[in-house]
Amino acid sequence: MTHTPRGARQRLLALSSRQHIEARWGALGAWLGDFPRHRCVRGPETGMAMLKGRTGGTGNAFHLGEMTLTRASVALDDGTVGHGWVRGRDHRHAELIALADAVAQHAEWQEALETRLLAPLAAELAERQRRDAATAAATRVDFFTLVRGE
Amino acid sequence: MYVAVKGGEQAIASAHRWLADRRRGDRDRPELEVAQIGDQLRLAVDRVMSEASLYDPELAALAFKQASGDLTEAVFLLRAYRTTLPRLAVSEPLDTASMRIERRISATYKDIPGGQILGPTYDYTHRLLDFLQLAGAEVPAAEIREEVTDAEACPQILELLNDEGLVEQEIDDGAEPSDITRDPPDYPMDRAARLQMLARGDEGYLLALGYSTQRGYGRNHPFAGEIRLGQVEVEIHVDEWDETICVGEIALSECQMINQFSGSREAAPQFTRGYGLAFGHNERKTMAMALVDRALRAEELGEPIIGPAQQAEFVLAHADSVDASGFVSHLKLPHYVDFQSELDLLRRLRREHAQNTSFGQSESHGNPATEGETSVRKSGQGKHDRESGVHGL
Repeated sequence: MTHTPRGARQRLLALSSRQHIEARWGALGAWLGDFPRHRCVRGPETGMAMLKGRTGGTGNAFHLGEMTLTRASVALDDGTVGHGWVRGRDHRHAELIALADAVAQHAEWQEALETRLLAPLAAELAERQRRDAATAAATRVDFFTLVRGE
Repeated sequence: MYVAVKGGEQAIASAHRWLADRRRGDRDRPELEVAQIGDQLRLAVDRVMSEASLYDPELAALAFKQASGDLTEAVFLLRAYRTTLPRLAVSEPLDTASMRIERRISATYKDIPGGQILGPTYDYTHRLLDFLQLAGAEVPAAEIREEVTDAEACPQILELLNDEGLVEQEIDDGAEPSDITRDPPDYPMDRAARLQMLARGDEGYLLALGYSTQRGYGRNHPFAGEIRLGQVEVEIHVDEWDETICVGEIALSECQMINQFSGSREAAPQFTRGYGLAFGHNERKTMAMALVDRALRAEELGEPIIGPAQQAEFVLAHADSVDASGFVSHLKLPHYVDFQSELDLLRRLRREHAQNTSFGQSESHGNPATEGETSVRKSGQGKHDRESGVHGL
């Protein structure tokens, strides 16, 4: 699935751990100095998403079951609104995603957001996924088919 | 008719306090943490999520702890919690072809793009008790093939290796699936609703039914075409965005079963398919689900219905462990008045029986008893119908 830059940011932050975001967010705020204050205008609140599967992986959709989902919407002091959604029940995680969404709408903060938050998180995510793939690869198997003696 | 009882608060409170004490166990040992359960008993957690039909590993681990390891009770707890949450969104159909693979095998094709990945499996273990774990020995970390820089693409095998059209294709015709959590199940049920019910079905029950088809009660000659376990990203629609957004990823297990041919005068013979999909690492569940899914297609594929696993209403109405344990467990509730009325009835029947016998009319011997038995059964049957009409969760 390809995303717009905004969608790609939402995806990256949703796939990153809240602790990683929080740590880098603090550093970003310290660097910016005049970091914007914000308030929550909706949530954070936890509910569910109904998940669909496909028959045979490619056929008609069916309802597989639900998962917990948390959303938050924040407004910066200047009125800029941002939204964040994340699997699970972590309110702070959703709030941080919404905050990044709002901050990203300000041209003067975009570069700092990119270099000090998003790029390092993207590198962490890529490394985690590479390690997962490398761990799976160690269990790759080649079976031999034996010729049966008659 | 069930007549409610009152009282017993003090005894019930004490019983629950004892239960909590039992659950805590020996105070000289550290208490089990929910995070430890999520980490070290993850297959139990996955089963609870799957059968509760709610993906949340932390809450499933909590339910498992709270239930002292009783999986059916844990499923009930998580399913009940599910009813307290609003539905905020509906996902795009999960794209299992783009799964980040942890395990992926095929029993039908040896050489497949992306390879056969065993993953963290109990297969090929010797099933010998490991006494080192009893002694608390440390285990080495998983092996990592450091030269691997990226996951190799693992396309769906049944799509990829089907140039000759030997295997039935699953094509999306855009039909909007029904939702059993919103619309009460109605028979005959379409495949989408059947799959939803099977996905939350009790693993042991589905395993037994799947096994029964292998033993001849509705045989469908299965091969495990592909089994894959791994992480899949979840995309949802929300109002504030013009595009679908990714909100995280979940672990899924999927089984594509290839089954016996079907064909007609118009259509050339083809392998048919059964499908299983479940939350977490739930391989056995998805295999059983795929066998039962295929068995339930008997009517559609013009096969004789000769086994229990092929009877949709029987299979689906009894698959949910919350329904099943609820109705069986309610027998433990005080039925004093109910039982008293049966006692009265039985005494009256026995009186009549004794009277008839003492008159010495040998030809009527046994008739009243037969009638009595019938009337007892009728009253029992009526009660079952009334009470089982309520499905609750």
